Amino acid sequence: MSYMNQSQPNTHQPYANAYQHDGKSAETRNLKPGELSTGTTIMAIPFENGVVLGADSRVSTGTYVANRVSDKVAQLHDRIWCCRSGSAADTQALTDYVRHYLSQLAIETGRAPTVKTAAHLMRRLCYENKDNLMAGVIVGGWDPVEKGSVYNIPLGGTCIKMPFAIGGSGSTYIYGLVDSLYKEGMGEEEAKQLVKKSISHAMARDGSSGGVIRTVVVKEDGNTREYIPGNELPFGP
Amino acid sequence: MASSGSGYDLSSSTFSPDGRIFQIEYASKAVENAGTALGVKCRDGVVLCVEKPMLNKMLLPNTSRRIYTVDTNSGVAITGFVSDGRQVVSRAREEASNYEETYGTKIPPTTLADRIAAYVHYFTLHGSLRPFGTSSLIASYDTETKEHSLRMVEPSGVTYEYFGCAAGKGRQPAKTELEKLSLNKPDAEDNMTAREGVKQLARIIHLLHEEGKDKPFELEMSWLCEESGWEHKGVPRDYIKEAVEWAKKAIEDAEEDDESEDEDEEMQD
Repeated sequence: MSYMNQSQPNTHQPYANAYQHDGKSAETRNLKPGELSTGTTIMAIPFENGVVLGADSRVSTGTYVANRVSDKVAQLHDRIWCCRSGSAADTQALTDYVRHYLSQLAIETGRAPTVKTAAHLMRRLCYENKDNLMAGVIVGGWDPVEKGSVYNIPLGGTCIKMPFAIGGSGSTYIYGLVDSLYKEGMGEEEAKQLVKKSISHAMARDGSSGGVIRTVVVKEDGNTREYIPGNELPFGP
Repeated sequence: MASSGSGYDLSSSTFSPDGRIFQIEYASKAVENAGTALGVKCRDGVVLCVEKPMLNKMLLPNTSRRIYTVDTNSGVAITGFVSDGRQVVSRAREEASNYEETYGTKIPPTTLADRIAAYVHYFTLHGSLRPFGTSSLIASYDTETKEHSLRMVEPSGVTYEYFGCAAGKGRQPAKTELEKLSLNKPDAEDNMTAREGVKQLARIIHLLHEEGKDKPFELEMSWLCEESGWEHKGVPRDYIKEAVEWAKKAIEDAEEDDESEDEDEEMQD
């Protein structure tokens, strides 16, 4: 299932500059020059009858913010969405492929695909092409089998079902916050508030995250998109 | 309804003037000459059963298989040409395995049946290939909707979903018997259980056998039901034995009833 053209393998010399730091972040080193990064904060929390997905909106090339209001929450199917982080090009391509396969599957089987299937497809693509991709994705949605569920697919192509998931460069700053504030069995409002609060905190400290917070609430009867403009964030500048 | 093909039956890529493809019909004949296969969809599971005539006294019993597991949630019983059937099963296994590898869940029953049907149908389209001489009975459990179902794929490549189906030599009397069973009651709770199904299928096979006066045979049975944890498994041998004993007794009792009815009539004269 490899659809990306095979490019040059990484010429990474592990011990060449053992004690010298080049000043670049891990992410910038792996991006090609000029490539857009969704250095990001993304998050998803399932609640009783659905899922809340949230993301910031900053897309950067190095220090330049290429897009300050981008939409990093993409729809894969009627009730299945994903949050994208890493290379903008890679995640857009992945999203397009998975969207295509899911729609074909829905036609063949005559039923809505499950979030598990969407996550599995995404994972197959991420894993089989791990050498050529830099993409961290969170797949979340509602299906009749598992109700709300969230799958985290970090770099490399692991796929883990989780009670809540955070990702992107900004997520490192909020692990402690989310661990302390997350409770099992949260309702829709609580989950939404937690997502907004956590992403605000990440945006305050991570240079690659910022702009507005976009959220999508996915339930059996529909999807609701919201956004919080930069000057109304619960926390931070 | 034997009509001569007379020139239009040499290839499966030729229609006859009255719109039939004789090669497919001949393939169905191959199925009709083979041992009977039965399937029932019960309240709490699906039961498959195949009558295997013992062609040779030297054959090791219970070794030649007609029922195969395609995936944990699906099983296929074949009748007709056994070697053709093995090919179909092999393809079904590939389909099921590829589906799970790509989509992360067990293949849904409709999709499995459709794919097997498409495969069987492919062989009816080409002049250089011959159709499969097998009917496949597919018992399958949908892990997402939690529903079990029974389908059959015929040599023409059509597939239908059934409460009860039969293929092979004794299919006509078998169908009559199957219609008498409670498989399709308005209230689902009144339908037969899988345990009952095993007994009834054993009875039907033995009933047909008396009529056919054929060689000694083996009974191969499998089920996919609540009791088996919704996995396709062989019915435990001791339960088959129990069911066969029950079946033979039930047939004897039915015969006695028939005889005693006749006696009553005589006395009235």
